[in-house]
Amino acid sequence: MSIGLHNSEFKNPVVRWVDQRLPVFTMMQKEYGTFPTPRNFNYFWNFGALAMVTLMIMIATGIFLSMHYAAHTGLAFDSVERIMRDVNFGWLIRYIHMNGASMFFIVVYIHIFRGMYYGSYKAPRELLWMLGVVIFLLMMATAFMGYVLPWGQMSFWGATVITNLFSAFPVVGSHIVELLWGGMSVDNPTLNRFFSLHYLLPFVIFGVVFLHVAALHITGSNNPLGIEPKGPQDTLPFHPYYTAKDSVGLVVYFIVFAVLVFFAPNYLGHPDNYIPANPLVTPPHIVPEWYFLPYYAILRAVPDKLGGVLLMFGSILIWFVLPWLDRSPVRSMRFRPLARVFFLLWTACFLVLLWVGAKPAEGTYVLIARIATAYYFAYFLVVLPLLARLERPLPLPESISRPVLGGGPLPMGAAAKPMEKA
Amino acid sequence: MADNGHAATDGAPRRDFLMLVTGAFTAVGVGAIAWPFIASLQPAKDTLALASTDVDLAPITEGQAVTVMWRGRPVFVRNRTAKEIEEARAVPTNSLPDPATDQSRVQKDQWLVLVGICTHLGCVPTGQRATDARGEYGGWFCPCHGSHYDTSGRIRKGPAPRNLDVPEYAFTSDTKIRIG
Repeated sequence: MSIGLHNSEFKNPVVRWVDQRLPVFTMMQKEYGTFPTPRNFNYFWNFGALAMVTLMIMIATGIFLSMHYAAHTGLAFDSVERIMRDVNFGWLIRYIHMNGASMFFIVVYIHIFRGMYYGSYKAPRELLWMLGVVIFLLMMATAFMGYVLPWGQMSFWGATVITNLFSAFPVVGSHIVELLWGGMSVDNPTLNRFFSLHYLLPFVIFGVVFLHVAALHITGSNNPLGIEPKGPQDTLPFHPYYTAKDSVGLVVYFIVFAVLVFFAPNYLGHPDNYIPANPLVTPPHIVPEWYFLPYYAILRAVPDKLGGVLLMFGSILIWFVLPWLDRSPVRSMRFRPLARVFFLLWTACFLVLLWVGAKPAEGTYVLIARIATAYYFAYFLVVLPLLARLERPLPLPESISRPVLGGGPLPMGAAAKPMEKA
Repeated sequence: MADNGHAATDGAPRRDFLMLVTGAFTAVGVGAIAWPFIASLQPAKDTLALASTDVDLAPITEGQAVTVMWRGRPVFVRNRTAKEIEEARAVPTNSLPDPATDQSRVQKDQWLVLVGICTHLGCVPTGQRATDARGEYGGWFCPCHGSHYDTSGRIRKGPAPRNLDVPEYAFTSDTKIRIG
């Protein structure tokens, strides 16, 4: 080996030649081949990989859609209909993209739930968690702007209502809104910039995902027990164990995805969005896409314009400080009998908000939304800080391998050997 | 592979088999997914629906030419004079760079229909209007690289390798044609 070259362990001469100069193969082998991963993952740990795959599906379908889409108020709706009727397989690509957004949110919500339940946000993974919240916020912005592009009634009025949220801020509010619109109302300049940003942000997300994964590979993955691996007997190489497990999850995921795309492609959408945008008539019942409903419910639960907007944004921003609100040293809710109940109640509240967000803002629905909103915040601001002091957690297992393999820790060689390829 | 299927002895052949099956399924899956994406880049149905163009010949007087749009490209329709037809037929076919008789390039003697794109590098030759440069042979002249076409649209001089193409067309009545 000559001086200045990376010391590659690859035998294939072509791979070796590249790897000595740019050690991407060594890097992939280290991060995705031999990467030591806790041996006790359950299927909740599939959802990071599923989210990554969904991001790539969205970028691929989006690039192909943009080749046929016209970002102009006079052309946008018709160009989308042309994609559905005339472009070869345009219906398929658009339905994958449209339902891919829903699947992305389902996957990411489960991923976030996993992180909250198993305490993946706690030290040393605080920054990893915060980067995840950044990704989620970027996803919300991207999804919102994407929904505007078909320029149907829901696109137009969704854009109008959401951008008007910013008018709640005193003094600067109306200026912010005008800046967002590029005019006096949601119109062609708005559509143009939303298209530009909708194309840009997924690549920004990709960059933050890279940081998210890089941070993950410094701290290593959390696991259902929430205790750190104590040695090689507690971990498995990522490949083939978790590449295989992720593949199983991926196949099941694709089945669900395909059922949605092929048998109920408009189930999660709203029929009003197949009516061209009309700035003179608001549809009688406007709702955001289902994945925004919990925040929409929080917005409507507050009888004050600014207060509602602040609580709505606060409901996600509060996730940033979750690692410092929950000071309990025990990560996994499996060993926190009280926190577990309160957290599952919080999850139920989230789902109630999702449900009530689609209902008219009147009568008992408002009351239900208010109770759920109150508990949503109380869980973070009152319950978690108190439980860190009051709760007595169950005893933690000595190591990961012990409850899995039974008895005392096995000699490390014996545990791994029979699984290796002969 | 099946002869040594028991993992207790040696898992290698079975694992190889599983790897091959997985690889095969992945390859087929990737192909099945790539297909609609590549197909979406092909001309769409509305684009193909514009594939034919009708031209009414009645208003085109003798010696006049019109240019119509067909599949996004210009098509020259020329009502040739008797002199132009005669010139086109007088030249010996074997002296041409791309030998073709005038008769093989028209359906009715006076009507010449051509794709108006130079066979050299795709410019549109001049010669449709009476004031245009028509080159040394009275047909068309490509200003890009100096190709001269005669009154049958055949290449006579210059870098173009072939005669101007004759599109597929048919007379739908005495005074109407459908191109494509």
